[in-house]
Amino acid sequence: MSDESNAKSMSIIVTKGTLDWAYPPFILATTAAAMGLDVTMFFTFYGLGLLKKDMNLKVNPLGNASMEMPMMGGHMAMPNIMAAIPGATALTTAMMKNMIKKKGIASIDELRELAVEADVNMIACQMTMDLFEYKKEDMIENISVGGAASWVDIATRSDINLYI
Amino acid sequence: MADQVLDAKGLNCPLPILRAKKALKDMPTGATLEIQATDPGAVKDFEAFCRTTGNELVEHHMDGAIYVFTIKHTA
Repeated sequence: MSDESNAKSMSIIVTKGTLDWAYPPFILATTAAAMGLDVTMFFTFYGLGLLKKDMNLKVNPLGNASMEMPMMGGHMAMPNIMAAIPGATALTTAMMKNMIKKKGIASIDELRELAVEADVNMIACQMTMDLFEYKKEDMIENISVGGAASWVDIATRSDINLYI
Repeated sequence: MADQVLDAKGLNCPLPILRAKKALKDMPTGATLEIQATDPGAVKDFEAFCRTTGNELVEHHMDGAIYVFTIKHTA
């Protein structure tokens, strides 16, 4: 976010890094940027994985009773005991990626590229980088590294602040 | 007849908006962009996009199963 700008602004704290939860922050960030807002994304804890060069995002319905997949004209939820077996994550991830492609929904890689193109300010949480032993080289370029104070400073000057 | 046509058919939220913004950016002020979309959510979204950005939604109609929007680059 630039200080001189008169544009509206939005900040998002991104805390989740699964294939499903990667969507809300990137969709909102790219759309807000397209609508002329200055956007900042602060990636912390599991959200930090969304800044890795090689994302390889996954999804598993384990413990998520509301996750149903369309199947044979209806909807089906996977029982937890099945979601826990080896291979279940690969299966549900493949199913989700297939649905995303079929429905004309952007991939997370595509949305992230669009966010970079739109000058979305992306900040990686320094503490989480240290905690999980990530190096700046593991992450995409065009990001900065900062702490809680960096976000608070931006948040005090933002019109919209979201925690996802 | 619009100055430029954007085919956003088959694309889902938020891609029609993002593609439209990208197209508008390279168009001169006063030029019109026609967007063809199949996402039913695009109706409310293009209204909101224009309200926030200050571009003019000249009109929108349906052509069979296709939503057609005309936006004038005014912002």
